[in-house]
Parts: sequence; C-alpha cells; structure tokens
Amino acid sequence: MRAYLILEDGSVYEGESFGAVRDVTCEVVFNTAMTGYVETLSDPSYYGQGVILTYPIVGNYGVNYGDMESRRIWPKCLIVREASKQSSNFRKEATLDDYLCKYGIPGIEGVDTRALTKKIREHGTMAGFLTTNRFDKEKVVEELKDYKIKDAVKSVSDKTVSRLENDGKKVALLDFGAKDNIANCLHKRGLDVTIFPHDTKAEDIIAMNPDGIMLSNGPGDPTENVEVIKNLQKLYETDIPIFGICLGHQLMALATGAKTEKLKYGHRGANHPVKDLERGRVYITSQNHGYVVAAIDETKAEVSHVNINDGTIEGLRYKGKNIFTVQFHPEASPGPQDTEYLFDEFIEMMGGKSDAEKA
Amino acid sequence: MPRKHEIKKVLVIGSGPIIIGQAAEFDYAGTQACRALREDGAEVVLINSNPATIMTDKDIADKVYIEPLTVETAEKVILAEKPDSILPTLGGQTGLNLAMELAESGFLEKNNVKLLGTSPETIKMAEDRQAFKDAMEDINQPCIASKVVETYADGLAFAKEIGFPVIVRPAYTLGGTGGGIAANEEEFAQIAPHGIRMSRVGQILVEKCIAGWKEIEFEVIRDGAGSCITVCSMENLDPVGVHTGDSIVVAPCQTLADKEYQMLRTAAIRIIDKLKVEGGCNVQFALEPHSFRYAVIEVNPRVSRSSALASKATGYPIAKVASKIALGYNLDEIKNAVTGKTYAGFEPTLDYIVAKIPKWPFDKFVTASRKLGTQMKATGEVMSISNCFEGALMKAVRSLELNIFALDLPAYRNFSREDLLKELEKIDDMRLFVVAQSFLKGISADEIHNITKIDNWFLEKIEAIVRLGEEIRGGNLTPELLRKAKIFGFTDKVIGEYTGMTGDEIKKMRLENNILPAYKMVDTCAAEFEAVTPYYYSCYGAENEVTPQENEKKKIMVLGSGPIRIGQGIEFDYCSVHCVWALKSLGYETIIVNNNPETVSTDFDIADKLYFEPLTPEDVENIVDLEKPYGAIVQFGGQTAIKLTKSLNDIGVRILGTDAEDVDRAEDRELFDEILEQHSIPRPAGRTVFTCEEAINAAHEIGYPVLVRPSYVLGGQGMEIAYNDTDITVYMEIINRSVQEHPILVDKYVFGKEVEVDAVCDGEDILIPGIMEHVERTGVHSGDSISVYPTQSISEKDRATLVDFTEKLAKALHVVGLINIQFIVAKDGVYIIEVNPRSSRTVPYISKVTNVPIVKLAVRAMMGERLRDMGYGVGLRKAADYVAVKMPVFSFEKLNDVDTSLGPEMKSTGEVLGIAQTFHEALHKSFIASNMKIPSRGNILITVRDTDKEEVCPLAKEFEEYGFNIYATGGTCRRLQEYGVHARRVNKIAEGSPDILDLISGGGCDLVINTPTRGRQHNRDGFKIRRTSVERSVPCMTSLDTAKALLASIKQKDEGELGIVDISTL
Repeated sequence: MRAYLILEDGSVYEGESFGAVRDVTCEVVFNTAMTGYVETLSDPSYYGQGVILTYPIVGNYGVNYGDMESRRIWPKCLIVREASKQSSNFRKEATLDDYLCKYGIPGIEGVDTRALTKKIREHGTMAGFLTTNRFDKEKVVEELKDYKIKDAVKSVSDKTVSRLENDGKKVALLDFGAKDNIANCLHKRGLDVTIFPHDTKAEDIIAMNPDGIMLSNGPGDPTENVEVIKNLQKLYETDIPIFGICLGHQLMALATGAKTEKLKYGHRGANHPVKDLERGRVYITSQNHGYVVAAIDETKAEVSHVNINDGTIEGLRYKGKNIFTVQFHPEASPGPQDTEYLFDEFIEMMGGKSDAEKA
Repeated sequence: MPRKHEIKKVLVIGSGPIIIGQAAEFDYAGTQACRALREDGAEVVLINSNPATIMTDKDIADKVYIEPLTVETAEKVILAEKPDSILPTLGGQTGLNLAMELAESGFLEKNNVKLLGTSPETIKMAEDRQAFKDAMEDINQPCIASKVVETYADGLAFAKEIGFPVIVRPAYTLGGTGGGIAANEEEFAQIAPHGIRMSRVGQILVEKCIAGWKEIEFEVIRDGAGSCITVCSMENLDPVGVHTGDSIVVAPCQTLADKEYQMLRTAAIRIIDKLKVEGGCNVQFALEPHSFRYAVIEVNPRVSRSSALASKATGYPIAKVASKIALGYNLDEIKNAVTGKTYAGFEPTLDYIVAKIPKWPFDKFVTASRKLGTQMKATGEVMSISNCFEGALMKAVRSLELNIFALDLPAYRNFSREDLLKELEKIDDMRLFVVAQSFLKGISADEIHNITKIDNWFLEKIEAIVRLGEEIRGGNLTPELLRKAKIFGFTDKVIGEYTGMTGDEIKKMRLENNILPAYKMVDTCAAEFEAVTPYYYSCYGAENEVTPQENEKKKIMVLGSGPIRIGQGIEFDYCSVHCVWALKSLGYETIIVNNNPETVSTDFDIADKLYFEPLTPEDVENIVDLEKPYGAIVQFGGQTAIKLTKSLNDIGVRILGTDAEDVDRAEDRELFDEILEQHSIPRPAGRTVFTCEEAINAAHEIGYPVLVRPSYVLGGQGMEIAYNDTDITVYMEIINRSVQEHPILVDKYVFGKEVEVDAVCDGEDILIPGIMEHVERTGVHSGDSISVYPTQSISEKDRATLVDFTEKLAKALHVVGLINIQFIVAKDGVYIIEVNPRSSRTVPYISKVTNVPIVKLAVRAMMGERLRDMGYGVGLRKAADYVAVKMPVFSFEKLNDVDTSLGPEMKSTGEVLGIAQTFHEALHKSFIASNMKIPSRGNILITVRDTDKEEVCPLAKEFEEYGFNIYATGGTCRRLQEYGVHARRVNKIAEGSPDILDLISGGGCDLVINTPTRGRQHNRDGFKIRRTSVERSVPCMTSLDTAKALLASIKQKDEGELGIVDISTL
C-alpha cells in the first residue's frame, strides 16, 4: 500500500506502508545511529515524534522484545529507506513489521531518507502527517502548523511507584519518561532503585530518605514542566546527591535559573562526541534531545562536558552541591557505553562503592 | 595536546614491494601520512624500496630513499639524515618490523630517534602472541584457546589437548603467510613445520578452530589523551576461517543487534586503551552466532588494509589522523576535512552500505588452488557503495572485471541440486555464485547456511537478487519491476539479456519512466552536517544531490585502473593520480572514477570530484550524462580504462590524447602490420587466428617456436611459448576458456635482448626519458624481467634504431600522450614486439630515475602543449651516470600450486628498485630489496633442460670457483663433470630417496637453478623442485640470465659497503 508523508513546508514523500495502517501527525526528527531500532522506538523521549532512521536498511536483526527500553513504542511513526524483508539473529522473536503492528505504529519505507534528513537539517524540525489515504495537501499543511507536542512527560511517565530491590544504596529515580536501562545501570551496580512518577512531590521523595536521586530522560519542551521544576528546586536545597540525564539535566538547570532553547534539528544518534573537561577526554555518546541548556547561572553551576561538534553544553556540575547532570545518555541502549562510568561517580558521590565488575 | 614542536624531521618507512597481503593500501596510508606531516611543517625522510608508489615521489617527501628496507639501509639513512623521530605504523608489517628491529637493537636510542605514536612496548604487546594473550586476560577479554610453540612436537601435543581442528598462525607474518587449518594430525604435520619456518621468530600459534563464527572488525583510533573512537565496523560475509583479506566484507555490520554491536565496540575500545595505542588500530573479533560469546582474534596496532577500506567506506582519513596524533594532536584538535566544521573526535555514521570483494589471481593462475583459508590469496579488492545491500553487492561484482554482471553464472547452470550441495562445501572464490545458483535450484537459505555458515540475512538478500532476476526473465518488464531491478544493481545489459532486448532499449525504457541514477555524497555524518567532500556514489530510487557547477573550468574525466591484479598494479594508480594533479595545475576541473579502496586515487582530496563507481560502460556513461565533461582520459588507467574507450566514443565523449582509432590501429594486428610495413620496421613473423587448427597451421608456416596470445592482453594473460602442436592445442584450449572477442596472435619467437621504451609524444615530437634493457632474454614477460636503466649492452647503432622506430611509430599512430614499445635486439637487428599507446608499468620508475615528470608532460601534450615548450627537450635524453635496476617480486609462497618458472605470462605482484653508481651495485641492492635470501656460500642445485646444458656449464664453473658446492641431477651432472665442474649427483624423484626434494627440504641447499622443460606439460620433478624451493624460502632461478645476474650480485657483496641515494638529488 502506498503511503505519503506530508511535511509542514508542503513537501510530500511517497513510499510503501508497513507496520500498522493508520494516519498520524508528528514532529519529524532524524536519528543517525546505525543500530538499535528496537531501543530507539521504545524510548519515551520520542513521544509525539516521527522518527527517520538515516541508516538505510532497518530490521536486519529482527526484534527481541527484551531489548525494549519501556513498555511500548513511543514515536508516532517510523520512516525508513528499507524495512528489510530479511532478518536474522539468534535472539529474534519478531520482525520489525510485527513490532510496529503489535503497538499499532505505522511505518513508511522506500523514502529517500537522506534527502528528507537534509531537508530537516536545512529547515529545522517540522511537523509531518503520515497517511495511506487521499489527502488535501493545503488542508494538511494548515493543520500541521498548529501541531505541538503537549503534556509530553505526563503522557509517558509511569503512574505508579515501582522498585528494583537490592542491598546497596537507595536511589529514588524520578521517571520523566525513563529508559529502563537507567534503572538497570543503577541496579546492576548493586543499588536499590525506587521509581517514582514524574509528579511525585519533593517532600515524598525526601521522606523516603534516599541516598541519591536520579533524574531521568524524557520527552518534550522542558519548560512545560512547571511543577516538576518547582519540585527540583526543593530537592536542590537538600544535600541528597543528584544525577540527571537528558530532560533531567535540563529540568535541574531550569530549576537553578538556567535557560533552555530548542535546537534547529536536535541531536539524535550514537556518535556524538562529548568532552569530559575534567578528564580531558572525548567520549562518544548516545543522544536524543531537541532542547538544550543554553545559558546557566554561573554562580550555581559550571560546565563539565561540551559537545565537540557544536560546542553546546553537555554536562553541568553544581557548585557546592553533590549534583551533576548530563545531556547525553550514559545508559546507552542504544549506543556507546563509553560514559557508563558516570553511574560509578554517582555511587561514589553517595558515599558508596561501585560494584562495577558486577555491572 | 597541541603539536609537539620538538618533532622537526620524521623518517617514514614504507611497506616495500606489492605482495599478496601488503598492497597499495600502504601507498595510500604512507602518502597521506607524508602529506599530513609536511602540512604541519615537519620535514619528511622516506625509505621505501617500491618505485611504483606515489609516496616515493619527491613531491611527497623531502628526502626520498628508494632503497632496500633493511636494518643496514635504515641505519645509514638515519645516520645521514639525522631525523629526530620515526613513524613506524604506516608502512604495514614490513615497516613495523623494521622499526622494531631498530628500536630493539638500541640504535634509535643511541641516535636520539624517537618512535612516534604507538610505543615499542605496545607494538610488542600486540604482536607477540603470548604477551597479547596475557594482556587480554588482564582485561577479561576472551581469546581463543591457543598456545605459542616453537617446535612441531609441542604444537602437536597442544593440538591434541584442545582437539582438532586447529588453526596454525605463524608469528610476525603477512596476510597469515604459512598458516592454515589442520583438521587432523596428518594435516598438522604438513602445516605446522611450514609455519614455523615462515615466522620471523620461529614461532607459531596453535589455536582452537572457531570456523563458522561471525567475523567482525573494528577500526579504532586513540589519541595521547586517551580518547578512543571507532571509525567503522565491518562484517565479513564469509565466517571465520577465511582470511579477512579474502572475505567479502560489508560496512557497517549488518546482522548485529545493538547489544552485540556495543559489546564488541566496547571490547575494542578497552583493548586499544589497554594497549595504549596512539594512532590507528584494527581489532578483529569472532562472534559465536548463537550467543554473546566472542573472542578476540587479532589486533594490528597500525594502519592496515582494513583501515584503508574503513577510510574509504566512511570518508574518515585514518592514516592522516594517525599521523596528526603522532605529532601530538588530540582528536578534538584535528579538523574533520569532510565537513570542514566538526572534528576528528567523533564516529562516522553511514547512511549507505559498503561492500568489498577481493580480486583473486585465479583467472591468471589457472592451475592454482582456489581454496580460501587463513592464508590470503587476493592481490587486490574492489569496493562499492549503495543504499541497499543488493545494489552494493551487484556493483562490486561487476567492478571485478571478470565479465560477470549478475550472480547466475552459465558455468553452474547445468549443476544439479546434488552437485550444488557438494559445491557449497568448497570454500573458494566462486562460493557467492554457487550460493546464488543454489537458490535457483530450490536449495533453501537454511540448507545453505548449514553448509556455509553464512548468516541467513546475507543469504536471503542474495536470494532476493536471484528471485528478482527470475522475475525479470519472466517477461513482463513493467516500469516498477525495472525500477526495482535498477535499485538491486542489475545493469541495462543484463536486464536486456533476461528479456530479449538490447541494453539500449532498456536504457530508453528507463529514461521514458524517469528511472535515473542518483548520486549521493559520502559525508561521514549521514547528512547531519553540511559536508564539503566531493566524494560520490550512485544508487537508484532516490533524489540526485549532485548538481554539476557551471564554471569557467573545463571538466576532464580520468578513468582509474580498478583493482590491483597481476599485470595491472599500483603503477597505474600512480599514473592516474599524476594525471589528475597535472590537469589541476593546468587549471582544469578533474573527475576521477575508480573502485579500488586501497589506492591514493580514491582519496577524496586528490581529484575535484571522486565517483566511487564500477568502471563499466553503463556506470561511466551515467556519470558522463550528469557531469558532461569536456573530455576523458583513458591512457593512465591500464586496460581497464582503455577498454572503455569505445563506449565513451560512442556516447560522444572526446577522448583526450591519442584517438580511439589509433589505439585500435596499434592493437589490431593487420592495421598495425600495415604501419610497420610502411615504415620498414621489422617484427617477428606472425598470424592472427581464432581456432586451434588455424593456430597450428600458422605455427607450421612460421616455424616453431612460436608465441601464442590473445590480442588484447593484460600482463601477458594467456601468453605462452609453443614448441610443438601439442603445446598449441593445450594453450588454445586455455585461452578459449573465456570468450575471446578479439583474435589470437601466433608469432615467431625471436631470441634476443628485450628492450623497452616509454615515450611522450605531442603528435610532432617525441621525448624518450630513457631506454630500459631487460636482464632476461625474450620469452620472459617484461613485467617479470629485471629491467635496467640505462641500457648496459646495447650498441649505439641499435639505440639509434630504437629511437628512430619509436619516433616513426609515434607519428604513424598519431600518438598524443604516452606510448610504450617493447623491442627485441637480436643479432640481426631490432624487432618490435609490442606497442601500447598508453601509460605503462615502467612509467613511475623511469620518471623517478630520469627526473622527467612523464605523466605531467604527457598530460600537457594531450591538452595541446608542445614538447619543445616544456623544457625537457625532445628525442632521447642523455643517459644518467648512475644505474637503476628494477627487480620483480613474486608472491609464490601465498599461492600453492602455481609454477614459479618465468615465461611470457606475468607472475610478479610487485617490484623494487636498486639505484647505485654501478650496474652491479644497483643489481645487488635490488636483489636485497626483493627480500631474497641471497647465499654467499653453500650448495647449489642445478637441474636444467637439455637446451640449457651447454650454457649452464661456465656459470656453474664460476659459482664453483667462487666457493659454492654444485649438486646436479643425472644429465646435468654428467655434462657439468665433463666440463670440469666437480658436480655431485643427486637423485631425481623417481630414482629414490634421498632425492632432490630431500636435499632442498632438509635445508641442504642454498640456491636452485632450474630451467623448466619446454612446453606446458609440467615436468613433475621441475615443478616440485620449484615449489619446494619456494616453500623452503630457497631462491630458485628459472632463467639462466637471472642466475648470472645473481652471481654478479653475490660477488658484489665483497666489494664493500653499499651506498644510499636520495633520489631528490638526482
């Protein structure tokens, strides 16, 4: 079945439908990683978006549901050059097509994803409409102009508290749309992890008396999360060590007077070079963010990591506080595991000893 | 860290002659390194024995020593030049070993020379099997159960302990030379002792065989600050068991989920971090296909063939970055030349797929075993890029120039299911096509996987290609089907053949339906950033992103020479690159088309635009349609480019330089004979024939012996001397195994000296930089002969005749550009053997030793300039007052079952040069450079054919007088004794043990002189003698002329120290 992707600027990309058959409106973004589509599709940070994978052959190793990073697929659609009909891997449980169908997500293949990516790069992130039906372009474009991802965190965060028990330090993980591997990275290092919904009151978290607080990744415009930011201001005032990732990094920055801004087309991929200024080394990181911390209150925080490509802020350390946050994803999955050492630093900050070997 | 300013003068060591396992990739790496170092103000001193390389140009390095790569020479160069440092990791295993020897002896320390980049400790840790194993155990990286042994007995004991099959790998060898898989004790008895002999340190590794696991490679870079990145991952389509150099490889990995991928990537980084490599490094893994189990196979702490491939596959210049790191820079301080904005500290991401297929010499060595294993056999490789696996694979297949354009080969069409199942068991160069045919015969992917262990993803993709082929054959070629066929990489011609149409009709249908190739850019970042690299590939079903700019400059397309193969080597890449540089300096815009990932020409900063594409008429035509160049140059890309002349002409592309018609006149026997007759230039009598019967009749008319060969030749392909009707029958059968579009030539074999001339012509005048004389008499292919400049034994009168003939021929053929002519100087005068109105194998070497930039002058002539105005004069240049000897180098130890005897068919893979004041010193240097184990005393085994028995006597006498003991078989021995040589008789094989083979195998022989019996029917003794010699590394002379030269060279040893020559001072 033919499928069409109509962008906000009126351009139309034609391809073949795969996965579920359904019309969707989304914010179209591209990811340049060459592996990890199972993890990417289940990353809640993609809420409301349509994901272009720039690697042209997708689905080669099928799907292992155990590789999912959350309970479902979050992007509204998947846009690829080729959804491989062939797939092979010893852990394969399903095909990419099965995966999309299971979660009711449509896909389009046969698209010149490189041309499309260049368009997004030039124009910036755009809204798009994917359909298998006849459409009135003018009308679609008009509607797309109003598309905005709203209530993102609220929509993806788990509503209930859950726990990964262990005998180490106690960590409260605030779920803004967390990838499972954040909790796993802590848990496999011996930590006892309790996962709280995004809107859990600061007081409730403090009451649990955690050794550390983990702020997760998540989707959307960070400034939208007014209540969360207020909560974080309260947590900032405590002496509990805090480690933030991605949205968690942005929210902590906002809570301490920094500004965030939207990047033209974001950082999404597995090859982003980040320099750890303290270690003097460049690490390759997994990234997925459309917003970035643009200006900080230098009395409160200092830059600990920078992006080699565009010089943007990739990490902050808070002065006089046991708080550090990073824009990238040390939990990887998908992507390079080079910065997992940050979890060990977090543990040391809590006064614990990392059982990295077990990890 | 910024540049270390104490580094002012760097010695770069090249990799020496092209041999199997060490080819053009090191010219690419070395050239890039030299340029990177000089860009940063460092003075570069270069040593490399290979004159055909670009790196040995005086434009590339400040001081260039084309000298043997030995410790003695390197020490002399260091003492003379006083460099402050050495860059050891760019010259392959040869360069690395040499640098290590210099370091280990304490010479470097004594002379205050530092090893740049990776330290000697690191190199040792990576190269020494045991040290490496210990290091891996330290960081919990699994290796395969293995043990380093120095004796056969210890090896066998260990093999029994871990159980067969085992792999034997010699320490410190190239391309796994001397290794192999032993399935049982008998095979182990064959392989292991050989491996011990082949190793520089007499060690082998006996290792548990894990054949069938996935083979995955990572190219990793680490800087002095400890930052690590992986440039590229590569997956071998052929599972572990086939040398990676002999495997079909794709980049990036295709069948690994992120979990496995990151596991191996992290392992690669931990390894390079443990080893503390500073620069590039290659890590090979074996991954068990049904679990997360893996093992580290090998680590190369240097640039390699794989790093060249990774550089071309990603656009990330590994050698350049490694050189900058050696100078002290960190990854985040080195600009990414592709984007111009970002830095080298990132990981390339691909939005296309790359396929590499090796180029094997089996089309030339028809008797060689095609079995692939741990010992590499390929001489070169092709790479292709597309947006799908199918397209990439099909493009790579047609880039091989095997006249194969699809996967279904007629040769297998009549194979039954059972035949194919049996055929699938063989691991050889044909496996891809056997797999394809198996699908057509209803064998399933699972069945094929069970036999071959090739991952099902690859198999099913191959099946998809085959099924689409069937669908096209089905007859109903709709525009949709045609579009899909193009995406899958079928050429118009193949689609035409499947559907009973012509290629042109298919093209017409394509154009009517707007099915056009799109060109995309290789940009290292999957379009995330705007890139400035003019590096393109084609695909279908996508938008074209290359819009040729309208500018003042005229655009010239230069066609490259494709994969390195015997007969068409790195020399043609040298010429192509110099052609591009010459055109650029004249103000033209240049476009290069080539498909060889190992070469300098496919570095994206050579030409203004690089199209990484197959060199076939359709692929080239598509680029022409887009770029509309002013003209094309085919003279420099060997036969590969010449073959495209006609199709370029047909589509109206101006061929710059000699006209296509004149090229034809040189190649067409009858037209050429007319020219010769007009100018009274003699050539050996000859006939053109098509059938065996005609060939025999022709031979009878002319009289035996005769030379038989196809008219369009490449390195003497299919050329043989026939002494009788049987010989002719045998050769004709072999020649006609591949379809001959052109007639076959039968020529009188004239005995004499062979002389070669390269000349530049502008249509009026000619310039001959120098005349070369071959040491071996006629009958030995010019590429396999020792070539001497200037001539040593040609009379002035004959020289004048050579110049006269060259001038006449150049004019008669209206040559504009280059011409290469081979002559025989016989007793009764000068004969012409062959004319090639194009660049030749000898152009790089003769350019260097005469100091005439031949390619540049030729290009200027082609663009309309006159030789008289170029400042190099016309006619024959005055001969130099030094002597240069070019010596062929062979790779026989890599190719079982190949007869090593020299003949009209070319067999060498590379060459070295010796330069000195005298012929004998130059000769001696070139013998040393060729890596031959030259004896100074000891035992010589002489066994020659009857016709050589007279001639060998004085030579044997001379060897004896010099102090050698002479051994000989029956007839030869008697004749020698009669002559007064104290020859000792050795048994032929049939005469019982101890025989000649026992003598050679037992180490009782230091030199063999064996001239092959006439005719192609292998004299079995001779063949075994030659093979045994190769395997025991005993030099074996198969031409008396070479043997005489060797004796002269041995005597030269006593003449004292050898000098060194910086060619930039010549």
